[in-house]
Amino acid sequence: MFNYCADPSTLETAQWFSCYLTNGVHLLFYQSFLTVLLLLAVTAPVALAFGFFGAAASRSQILPIRWFGKLYTSMVRGVPDIAFFLFFVIALDQGLEWINHQIRCPDWTDPIRQGANFIVCQEAKIPLSSSPQWVHEVYNFGIAVFTFSIVFGAFAANVLFGAMRAVPHAQIETAEAYGMTRRQSFWRILVPQMWIYALPGLSNLWMILIKATPLLFLLGVEDIVYWARELGGSRTSQYTYPHPDWRLWYFLALLVFYLGFTRISEVVLGRLTVRLSHGQATAAGESQRKAAT
Amino acid sequence: MSCWDTVQAYALRSLGYGERLLPRGDITLCEQFTLIGSGLIWNVYFGVLALLFGFFFAVALAVGKASTRWWIQKPASWFIFVLRGSPLFIQFFLAYEAFVMLPRVGIEINLGFIEITAESRWFARAWLGAVIVLFMNTSAYAGEIFYGALRSVPKGDLEAADAYGMSGWKRFRRVVFPTTMRLAWPAYTNEAIFLFHATTLVFFSGFPAFRQQGDALYYAQYFADRTFNPFVPYPIVALYFVIVTLLVITGFGLINRHLNRHLPSERRKRIKYRPQLIR
Repeated sequence: MFNYCADPSTLETAQWFSCYLTNGVHLLFYQSFLTVLLLLAVTAPVALAFGFFGAAASRSQILPIRWFGKLYTSMVRGVPDIAFFLFFVIALDQGLEWINHQIRCPDWTDPIRQGANFIVCQEAKIPLSSSPQWVHEVYNFGIAVFTFSIVFGAFAANVLFGAMRAVPHAQIETAEAYGMTRRQSFWRILVPQMWIYALPGLSNLWMILIKATPLLFLLGVEDIVYWARELGGSRTSQYTYPHPDWRLWYFLALLVFYLGFTRISEVVLGRLTVRLSHGQATAAGESQRKAAT
Repeated sequence: MSCWDTVQAYALRSLGYGERLLPRGDITLCEQFTLIGSGLIWNVYFGVLALLFGFFFAVALAVGKASTRWWIQKPASWFIFVLRGSPLFIQFFLAYEAFVMLPRVGIEINLGFIEITAESRWFARAWLGAVIVLFMNTSAYAGEIFYGALRSVPKGDLEAADAYGMSGWKRFRRVVFPTTMRLAWPAYTNEAIFLFHATTLVFFSGFPAFRQQGDALYYAQYFADRTFNPFVPYPIVALYFVIVTLLVITGFGLINRHLNRHLPSERRKRIKYRPQLIR
């Protein structure tokens, strides 16, 4: 990074650190923070969409759809989320390869499951074994995002289902009295009003999502935990920057990162609650009205 | 090998008894059920110990956070903030790295009938180190729950206690604490459930599984890797955890009934399971 970094063994402590913390692998480490932020940025809206459809499905008047919605919302109860993470990654991978296999190799006769093996034809491998490294990484990341979205979508469906039920029933009755259909009263009355009831649950969920991001490490993505372990391990004098085992300090840095992140989120979500309570028929909205007069 | 033989061989495998080699080659359903169930012993062990000790520390933290003295209030609030604000996964890693760095010393403890050498390297083992992390984590979460409940004790109750001439410790023990527990119990039940779920993280974080003695999820992943079929071991884990969850709900429900035994039955609130409250 800097000119004086050519021979680190001769440097003073401060300069040594300035070189050490800006070398190539550390820049990758800093990039992995962006990976985490990207995961959050993609997962949060997708999970919210899944949750919305899950909640809407469990209110459906058609029985199979309602069953599906209920099954999805109750899926996360009682089972550790990490079990889902480990399960979905393999299950999705195999599912995709199986479908691809059916399409591309229709005349393949051998069974796909042979004892302890799962064998599909070469052309059906996802991603193809000949594809470059970045395709593999993007695919892994995509699977991870999808898994996060499914699991957190189920949590969000729970929250949104509760929020839909919390909207005062008189509102729906009024809508029906005006002659709105079920669909109209859902989109025009229920959905705009439910967010303030959903916000406490969704803020909680956002915090949980932030704190679940280190699990990316278990899904095989090179995230911050991976790099912290990698960089923190002791380096002998054969390396350019020899140092003892510093993993403790790297994990401490991650801890501080997460603490700061959750703290900022808390402040932002607090402000958002105040904004959304404005003019609502809730205790918070009422106290805002009283304070203004 | 019949299923009963498998049970005899692997039922206590997670504690180091029975067959040493894990099943390989053709893996039967019975082996999966037995070994994953054997791993569940660890989950129950972690969960029960952390909850048991965590309860008392959580009460102390809640009272500390509600204290008016800054030198009690600040440390308690910071402890809760740090442990609730960071991922448990990172806490496990951090604690493991810190425990590994402890100097190797042994302390002789004389229990009268037997002499044990307590060693500092026990901290780096899951049975002690992970319990400490889980204990601190659940204390922080439960401490926040209890703190919230402590602040919502009805004013009338406190005034009534004053009118009876109660103060200090007596007022806390006979009025504040029972009401706090009543208010906090439903949320605390959820915390207990999620603590049991969190125990699955132990062997996926810093703590290594000593001689392949792991928890339920550890063995499930072992089978999923061996058979390349996730559709059998993970549902087994799910089944076991649903059972544990139901047991926790039943047990905590009984305590809840005991706490609210003075109320007429229609005013007692059943515990509702609200899965928002997780870490």
